[in-house]
Amino acid sequence: MSWFSQTLTSSIGKKLLMALTGLFLITFLVIHAGINAMIFYNDGGETFTHWGHFMGTNPIIRTLEIGLVAGFLIHIIDGLLLWKTNNDARPVNYAVNNPSANSTWYSRSMGLLGTLLLIFLVIHTAHFWIPNRSNQFATGEELNLYQMMLDLFKNIWVVLIYVAGCFSLYWHLLHGFASAFQTLGWNHVKYNRFVSLIGVTYSIVIPLLFALMPISIYFGWVQ
Amino acid sequence: MEGNMNLSLKVWRQSNKDTAGGFENYNLDSVSPDMSFLEMFDVLNEKLVVEGKEPIAFDHDCREGICGSCAMYINGRPHGPLKGVTTCQLHMRSFNDGDTIVVEPWRAKAFPVLKDLVVDRDAFDRIMSSGGFISVNTGNAQDANSLPVPKEAADDAFSAAACIACGACVAACKNASAMLFVSAKISQLALLPQGQAERSIRAEKMVAQMDAEGFGACTNTGACSAECPKEISMSNIARMNREYIGAKFSSTAV
Repeated sequence: MSWFSQTLTSSIGKKLLMALTGLFLITFLVIHAGINAMIFYNDGGETFTHWGHFMGTNPIIRTLEIGLVAGFLIHIIDGLLLWKTNNDARPVNYAVNNPSANSTWYSRSMGLLGTLLLIFLVIHTAHFWIPNRSNQFATGEELNLYQMMLDLFKNIWVVLIYVAGCFSLYWHLLHGFASAFQTLGWNHVKYNRFVSLIGVTYSIVIPLLFALMPISIYFGWVQ
Repeated sequence: MEGNMNLSLKVWRQSNKDTAGGFENYNLDSVSPDMSFLEMFDVLNEKLVVEGKEPIAFDHDCREGICGSCAMYINGRPHGPLKGVTTCQLHMRSFNDGDTIVVEPWRAKAFPVLKDLVVDRDAFDRIMSSGGFISVNTGNAQDANSLPVPKEAADDAFSAAACIACGACVAACKNASAMLFVSAKISQLALLPQGQAERSIRAEKMVAQMDAEGFGACTNTGACSAECPKEISMSNIARMNREYIGAKFSSTAV
């Protein structure tokens, strides 16, 4: 095995990949939330569609999208590999265990929260990204994503699934954001509080912004 | 005596590495609150010997919190309910009359149970022999002033060196990860001038041995540091990550 693959398949290397792809996906969410928040202009989707068109057709963005898919895949596959390694490290469990005395439940549930997010990701891309890109490949035309949103979020069950997805994202980020910095070795008394403040703020603002989208459409605040 | 307690104990019994174990229930009357947890086990074992039963095997040595032997998972936590202590430093006054106390061995693939509460922690020794040392020639010690050490570095190295290799970090971690232990051992040498010569090779070899032993990876839950009797900081794990990643991408030693 070369030194490079040896590094990336070691315990710390796998964590390094999780941290780097995690931070990359965190930057993606800023763009995703920012552009989707254009629906709050409440202008019949004009601003949103303008930027959606840019993101869906600009050749630079479309090239970067390949990196985004790779980022998701690496984060998911590496996460599953880590889950396997970590699960194998304790073949016999404790009969009586009190982990809440020493750690938060969401920090111990990153695999579970990640799996919930993966299920949500499949549902979510099946709603918008996959049909839109398929249509682009087939006809060269984009779908009216704004109208699709208005139609889809009339259904309370869909809205509830999206809100549940946002809760999973909130807890996943609440631990994942600061954890990524720790894994990268960024643990320093001068910056720890700053990282944790930004992490907590980010974990609240981004999922809240996302959750408000289906909720606002369901209640007719955005038309 | 007044204030003494009656306790129910549920203790893991296993005759050897290859047989399946199970819990046994014991009742112990008139336990003094001033006894240490290990003294309570001594009393229980004496009772078992008198009854002609096999006493419970458990690791213990210094009984003053510095050897790291007394591995017991008590009521779901390594070394019991208190913070910053080993089992020998835990006293029965931390429990109440009528309590049921469950005692299990450390659970990890890399720490197989040898007998009852005794686990094999040789994996830690093998990690140490893979790189947790400095190579120095014999002869007269050189003048101390020829190796200036900043006070902060000396303090951090000393805090890391406080690790007694008890394995509570592995026991507490949901992944049975040994990263707090390995990071403390890498840090104590990486921070001092004597550790510089083998700094890269040490990080690479110790992490490789840690992985080979079958310990899990780190999820940064912080359980290890919270349960560590010596309160070793998670900042050591961040340092180990820097040392390992830096060594892997720049050193040609391994």
